[in-house]
Amino acid sequence: MVEWTDAEKSTISAVWGKVDINEVGPLALGRVLIVYPWTQRYFGSFGDVSTPAAIMGNPKVAAHGKIVCGALDKAVKNMGNILATYKSLSETHANKLFVDPDNFRVLADVLTIVIAAKFGASFTPEIQATWQKFMKVVVAAMGSRYYIGILEYQQAPEICLANAAFSH
Amino acid sequence: MTLTAKDKKMVKAFWAKVAGKAEDIGCDALSRMLVVYPQTKTYFSHWKDLSPGSAPVRKHGGTIMGGISLAVASIDDISAGLLSLSELHAFQLRVDPANFKILSHNILVVLAVLFPNDFNPEAHVAMDKFLAAVGRALSEKYR
Repeated sequence: MVEWTDAEKSTISAVWGKVDINEVGPLALGRVLIVYPWTQRYFGSFGDVSTPAAIMGNPKVAAHGKIVCGALDKAVKNMGNILATYKSLSETHANKLFVDPDNFRVLADVLTIVIAAKFGASFTPEIQATWQKFMKVVVAAMGSRYYIGILEYQQAPEICLANAAFSH
Repeated sequence: MTLTAKDKKMVKAFWAKVAGKAEDIGCDALSRMLVVYPQTKTYFSHWKDLSPGSAPVRKHGGTIMGGISLAVASIDDISAGLLSLSELHAFQLRVDPANFKILSHNILVVLAVLFPNDFNPEAHVAMDKFLAAVGRALSEKYR
């Protein structure tokens, strides 16, 4: 199981407490669609995503960015049990939305960069390390219900997740 | 994923804005890499001080940024421009190429920290592509 020190828990709460989901969510999702344009494949019904300006001004992108980032709140509030917290969201993304789980890592990286831009130098290397550990666990949890080797996963979830998601 | 004319123009323009702080960028990126990805410390076991902003970290950060500047100047043929650096990394340093992605990520984080307004999404995608191209060029001579 993932262990968090008290310092790590308070770092994550402090960072998240300063994040405005309504601002950061749209910025992060928009940036994903611009920097990794193949991710637009999931948003065919969103209208105009043809240019960076169109993406950043698209109300459906903004609304969806808020939903996606809002879901991180569950992880912040349940740090001791992120795997269970995201079980059904992972299943939904795997079996209904058919989202490649590599996208979770991509979103996590972009979100880190957006938060770094917001916080500036106060996003210290140590805070970045704790934040990225938190992102790794969230990404692993979101990917947890995808695996072909579901039997191996049931028997040794930590190893399976570590192999799959901790390679960045 | 080759660099388009638009990417090259964006990289050169953005680099011109940030080059003045190259040493700070290199120092901060390297510092973050060593803290956030502790496995990278294995390449620097010969340094006395691996803490963020230490003298060897600052000096080496500057060296790395020199390589990035060279890549910007060679942007029309990065492989040719970085040939001897690739040989250095392949035969002497033997840094696992996976680490180029890790350092690139930390460079992007530092660009966001230091230049939140200039490092907009268009600059981000161009720099991400450029740093990936630099990583590929450095890996060329490995095998």
